[in-house]
Amino acid sequence: MERVVVSMQDPDQGVKMRSQRLLVTVIPHAVTGSDVVQWLAQKFCVSEEEALHLGTVLVQHGYIYPLRDPRSLMLRPDETPYRFQTPYFWTSTLWPAAELDYAIYLAKKNIRKRGTLVDYEKDCYDRLHKKINHAWDLVLMQAREQLRAAKQRRKGDRLVIACQEQTYWLVNRPPPGAPNVLEQGPGRGSCAASRVLMTKGADFYKREIEYFRKALGRTRVKSSVCLEAYLSFCGQRGPHDPLVSGCLPSNPWISDNDAYWVMNAPTVAAPTKLRVERWGFSFRELLEDPMGRAHFMDFLGKEFSGENLSFWEACEELRYGTQAQVPTLVDAVYEQFLAPGAARWVNIDSRTMEQTLERLRQPHRYVLDDAQLHIYMLMKKDSYPRFLKSDMYKGLLAEAGIPLETKRRVFPFTWRPRHSSPSPALLPTPVEPTAACGPGGGDGVA
Amino acid sequence: MCDQTFLVNVFGSCDKCFKQRALRPVFKKSQQLSYCSTCTEIMATEGLHENETLASLKSEAESLKGKLEEERAKLHDVELHQVAERVEALGQFVMKTRRTLKGHGNKVLCMDWCKDKRRIVSSSQEHAVTMPCTWVMACAYAPSGCAIACGGLDNKCSVYPLTFDKNENMAAKKKSVAMHTNYLSACSFTNSDMQILTASGDGTCALWDVESGQLLQSFHGHGADVLCLDLAPSETGNTFVSGGCDKKAMVWDMRSGQCVQAFETHESDINSVRYYPSGDAFASGSDDATCRLYDLRADREVAIYSKESIIFGASSVDFSLSGRLLFAGYNDYTINVWDVLKGSRVSILFGHENRVSTLRVSPDGTAFCSGSWDHTLRVRGMVFRFPVCERREDG
Repeated sequence: MERVVVSMQDPDQGVKMRSQRLLVTVIPHAVTGSDVVQWLAQKFCVSEEEALHLGTVLVQHGYIYPLRDPRSLMLRPDETPYRFQTPYFWTSTLWPAAELDYAIYLAKKNIRKRGTLVDYEKDCYDRLHKKINHAWDLVLMQAREQLRAAKQRRKGDRLVIACQEQTYWLVNRPPPGAPNVLEQGPGRGSCAASRVLMTKGADFYKREIEYFRKALGRTRVKSSVCLEAYLSFCGQRGPHDPLVSGCLPSNPWISDNDAYWVMNAPTVAAPTKLRVERWGFSFRELLEDPMGRAHFMDFLGKEFSGENLSFWEACEELRYGTQAQVPTLVDAVYEQFLAPGAARWVNIDSRTMEQTLERLRQPHRYVLDDAQLHIYMLMKKDSYPRFLKSDMYKGLLAEAGIPLETKRRVFPFTWRPRHSSPSPALLPTPVEPTAACGPGGGDGVA
Repeated sequence: MCDQTFLVNVFGSCDKCFKQRALRPVFKKSQQLSYCSTCTEIMATEGLHENETLASLKSEAESLKGKLEEERAKLHDVELHQVAERVEALGQFVMKTRRTLKGHGNKVLCMDWCKDKRRIVSSSQEHAVTMPCTWVMACAYAPSGCAIACGGLDNKCSVYPLTFDKNENMAAKKKSVAMHTNYLSACSFTNSDMQILTASGDGTCALWDVESGQLLQSFHGHGADVLCLDLAPSETGNTFVSGGCDKKAMVWDMRSGQCVQAFETHESDINSVRYYPSGDAFASGSDDATCRLYDLRADREVAIYSKESIIFGASSVDFSLSGRLLFAGYNDYTINVWDVLKGSRVSILFGHENRVSTLRVSPDGTAFCSGSWDHTLRVRGMVFRFPVCERREDG
């Protein structure tokens, strides 16, 4: 923030400053709210709204203060005059605003003109009076001294100093209802953690060295390859992303119409076309969708390799299950899938099988990881591509429909869907959220 | 004549190798032992090794670090925005707040979506489910939607089974799962309701079994408080990333507890990390007012999302479903929406009256919710997108 404020005060490139006439006195180096906003908008190439927001934040943190009506810290983008706060009062100096100082300030205000203390200030004043009663004489004396010293200054200076002080206290003792900009979350970087690694002994460096050696040994991929991957991923998924391309029939949050959620429920009779397409993106997408997984299981059943998927599912259950159940689950999996002559014996290569059986003597939740990975890769490289080429999948894809957009009553214009639909004609009477599908489809609504 | 020193030889079994040899006295940590000459020599070189090479260990570590940076740079042949030049620009977005949730009496600190895409759990400084501490900084929804986990300054993570029966006292059924030695900053369920991953101000992350409260694995390596974590959406589901006050983002293997990769390019605390939907990269938001994208296969930072006019830290980041948009909530009360590929800012959203503390996109990607210290949560969706016809200077 300070960087911004300092550059704003630059005599050549900063905000245009002028002398402001305030009642009878002339205050030098004042800026208007609108100038501040303009300058910010221009310097950072942002919209006026954002510039106004940034300026407001600066004011709220006390870096700029208004010369007139310093009761609330707001930036008004008009002719209201402002000035830059002296660095003495900047919040980053992190001087704790002491109770005593606040008491002196309030006392000064009270003495100068009776009745200028606002309600909350009066409360604070009374509370402080009770709290530091013993030092109250000091407080009053200091207040009087400061007022007397101030009287000897020029009126312009006096006004400026008063405004500066007022802003400082508005930031440090905000009135009720105003956000306290100085508030921080719970303390971080607590001593416990730093104490642990304060002594960077030999162990720490040895671990670092080991880590770096391993890291140097790992294979890296060229940036161009990785970045191209993002492009293709985003391009592929773009039409499926409701926040980028919208969703059909309509975004339930925008139109208050649940049809989209009904049509895309986890298990639904007729999945949408987009959803079936997603099953072709990656094996993971297929498995993550309960419907996709169910269809894949059917397909595997036809190929007599359904036990692979079941085995994989059982392994997942083991990995993410309760600790207490690990032994029983391991036994169950062994009985069903791995034991010689098991009912649903899975075809794992002999080396992995040997290793797994060996490790099964001391079961833990990751004991089947290698076997699981082997089967997963088998399905991914072998069964999955065949599934995508199968008549079953092609049939699902052909059956799946694209829902028509429901006309929205909120906006006068219609929003053109990014995803081209076969019949873009809008429904004439959009009373019910009809999710009529495109050609060849059944009913989308369950 | 030289001075002759007389050595008294004691024969016996050495305290180290237990062989019958001539022994000499050796002091180890003010304890007198008797070692044979071979063992004494070994011990002497060991000790020397300890002390003299602390400095050389440090320099070795540093030179290896330099080499690592060199290696990483070697394969960096193109920048993301260069590659993204041929991608169509996104144009202008109009995103509107569709729901404003005002139930909290105090700052909203954390939120999470339920997998049913419609329900949200959020935590605040005073929690609805009565808890002994005031700041509840982490909360998570279980995948089944039947339980939530939360924790904060009480150093614990507790799991509450959800019930819609108003008469039931939720606090009674709570189960204390995780115990850390400092505040809990983040928690997340793994693929099931039965395991929880937590991150804490004591500098560690830990994996717990919900049923028994047993610690399954702990992850040490951060040099300061760990502030955030995210699980990888990978096929084998074995890794997660964490970010902390030591400016490092570290990727961990859940099975072994080892740190697999680490990235240290931020200039301040990392407040939030989130994986890119493909699992090959992750984004981080930090107090240095930037968000950065790190690629795991290239093993380096590939993009920085920052602007001169953004001077406050990012508290929370999340990707849209396709990974094209990155939403980031900042401490200056705004939300900036970034085009991940082009590196430019797409939109800035106002509306909150205090800092945005948490931000998540819904599981089906139809909307995103932001929680703030102004006691509200706002759910926003995309209403309209102007296709690109006029380019503004905005970002």
